[in-house]
Amino acid sequence: MLAGAKRGEVIMLLKVENLKKYFGNIRSVDGVSFSIQKGETLGLVGESGCGKTTTGRTIIKLYEPTEGRIIYGGQDITSLTPDEMLSFRKKIQMIFQDPYASLNPRMTAGDIIREAMIIHRIPRDEQQDRVNHLLRLVGLNSEQAGRYPHEFSGGQRQRIGIARALAVEPELIICDEPISALDVSIQAQIVNMLEDLQHELGLTYLFIAHDLSMVRHISSRVAVMYLGRIVELAESEELYASPKHPYTVSLLSSIPIPDPDKSDSRETTALQGEIPSALNPPSGCTFHTRCPKAKPECSMLKTQLADTGNGHFCACPFV
Amino acid sequence: MYDAELFLPLSREEKTDAEMMRPSRTYWQDVRERLMRDKLAVLGLLVIVLIVALAVFGPVLSPYEYDAQDFMMSNEPPSGAHWFGTDMFGRDIFVRVLYGARISLAVGFLASFISLFIGVIYGGISGFTGGKTDNIMMGIVDVIYSVPMMIYVILLMVVVGPGLKSIFITLGISYWAPMARIVRAEVMRLKNEEFILAARVLGASPGRILLRHLIPNAMGPILVTLTFSIPGAIFTEAFLSFVGLGVSAPMASWGVLSSDAVGSLAIYPWQLFFPAGAISITILAFNFLGDGLRDALDPRLRK
Repeated sequence: MLAGAKRGEVIMLLKVENLKKYFGNIRSVDGVSFSIQKGETLGLVGESGCGKTTTGRTIIKLYEPTEGRIIYGGQDITSLTPDEMLSFRKKIQMIFQDPYASLNPRMTAGDIIREAMIIHRIPRDEQQDRVNHLLRLVGLNSEQAGRYPHEFSGGQRQRIGIARALAVEPELIICDEPISALDVSIQAQIVNMLEDLQHELGLTYLFIAHDLSMVRHISSRVAVMYLGRIVELAESEELYASPKHPYTVSLLSSIPIPDPDKSDSRETTALQGEIPSALNPPSGCTFHTRCPKAKPECSMLKTQLADTGNGHFCACPFV
Repeated sequence: MYDAELFLPLSREEKTDAEMMRPSRTYWQDVRERLMRDKLAVLGLLVIVLIVALAVFGPVLSPYEYDAQDFMMSNEPPSGAHWFGTDMFGRDIFVRVLYGARISLAVGFLASFISLFIGVIYGGISGFTGGKTDNIMMGIVDVIYSVPMMIYVILLMVVVGPGLKSIFITLGISYWAPMARIVRAEVMRLKNEEFILAARVLGASPGRILLRHLIPNAMGPILVTLTFSIPGAIFTEAFLSFVGLGVSAPMASWGVLSSDAVGSLAIYPWQLFFPAGAISITILAFNFLGDGLRDALDPRLRK
C-alpha cells in the first residue's frame, strides 16, 4: 500500500549512497544504500546492534557520516555546516524510542512543542495556536500544554514527541523504534495515528523497528539490516510472502503466531548464537557464522545487494 | 450474575470527574515539599537565615561599636552588658562576632557564587564539547586541583600580601574546580539522552542546549555542591585568617577572632569559644541543609 503519492508520480525524497559510520573500529553502519520516495514508508528492521538506529541518526546528521552521501530532495546534505543544515532540520524530523528519555523533564509539554517554533523563528503570536493545534492533532487536549512530562503516560509522552516533530512541518520523519517501549495495546494506537498523520499531512517515514509484524503493517517497503548492511530490500508484501535471504527467513519465522495450532506446525529456523561484534565482523558474507545454509565459500564472498527482479533486492547470491 | 439494570452509563461530565489527576506540580514544588519535611534541613535553613539576619542587622542594633576600645572593661567574662564578654582591648565580643559574620558569610557566599558561575560555564562547555577540548580543559582543572591551596596562599602572600583580596583570589582559583567537575559529569551523562538529541534534531544551537536543557537538568547536583561549598569557603577564610593571612585588626572575621583568643585561651576561654562556636554552627547548618537538599532533589538516594 502506497500512501500519499500516486504510483505514477514517483518523487525521490531521500537517497542514501554507500553510507558508512564507524565509531573508532566499530563499523556500526558499513555501506548502506537505499532511497525513499515521497509519501511512502520504508521500514528498516534488524536485531539490536545491527546499526539501524545509527543509520537513522547519521541521516539526520546527529552523527557525521564516515563515508557515503546523503541526498535530500536532490541536494547533497552530507557535508553541510550546522547553519546550512538548519533549513533541512525543518524538513527532516525524528521520533525517538524512549518516551521517558526523549522529553526534557524540566519543560512543560507546551514548551517542548514550542521550542521548535522558537528555534525556527515562528512569530510569537502564532505559537500558542499552533501548539494547541498540534496537541489536538496527536490526540491530546490543549489544557494539557501546561503539564510536565512525568504527568503523562508512556503513550501520551510519545504523542508529545510526535507533536514536537510535527511542529516544524517536516516532510520526512525518521521514526526510531517509536513503539518498542510502549505497551502492546498502545502500540497499535500510535501506529494508527502515525498512519493517519501520514495521509493527512503527506508525510514520508523511515520506520526503524525490530518488530517485523508492526513494520509489515505500516511499511510500503522493508529493508532488513544485519551487522551494518542491508541484506534484503523489497516491497512489504513481497518480503513477507517470499523472503529470500536466509536471515530474513529466520527473522520471519521467529514472529510469534497467536494461534497454537498454526504455530506448532510451522517450521522455524531459529538462529544460532549471538550477533557477531561489529568491532571485528566476520569475513566475506557477515552472516555466514549463523547462516543455516552457509557454504564453505561464504566466508570469502563479497556480497552485494542484487536485484532479483520486481524491485526485490537480496544480498545472498544463493537464492 | 450480570444484571444490566444495576449499571448506568456515565455522562460525559461524570467521566471526567472520575479521572484521577493530581494537581499539576513542578519539580521544584515537589523538591520544596520534600525539603520541608526534613527536620534537620529546615533547622539548618532557619539557623542560616537567623545568622544572616544577625550579621546584617545585629551590629546596628548593638550599643557597642566593633572597634570601640574600653580598657576599663578588658577581658570581662560574659555578662548582661557584654553577652559574650570583652577582649583584651575591652571590645564587645558579641558585636565583633556579628561583625565577623558579615565578613565570613560574605566570603562564603561570594566565593561560592563565583565558583558556581565559573564552574558551571567551564564544566558545561567541557562536558558538552567533549573530545580533545574536554581533555585539555579537564587537564587544567586537574592541575589546579592537585596544587595544595597553601601554595597559592604562600605565593599570594608574597605577591599581594595578606588581606581580603588574597583570600578571594585563593578561593577564586581553587573553588570552581570541583564545581566544574560535577557539572561536566552531569553534562556528559545528559548529553546523549534522547531529549538532547531531539533538541539537536530541531536545530537548537549548542548555547541553547546547554542553557535550556543541560544545565536545568543538572541543577540538583549543582545546588548541592553550592550548598556544601559555602561552609567550605567560610572555613577556609577562617583558617587563613587564623594563620594570619586574612583580614587584619581592627576588622574582624571569625578566623581573626579565634586567632586573637588563642593566646589567652587558658585564662579567658570564652574569647575563643564564641567565634569558634559561630563557625561550627554555621558550617553544621549548611551541611544539614546540603544533606536535606540532596535527598529532596533526588528521592531515590534516600535510604
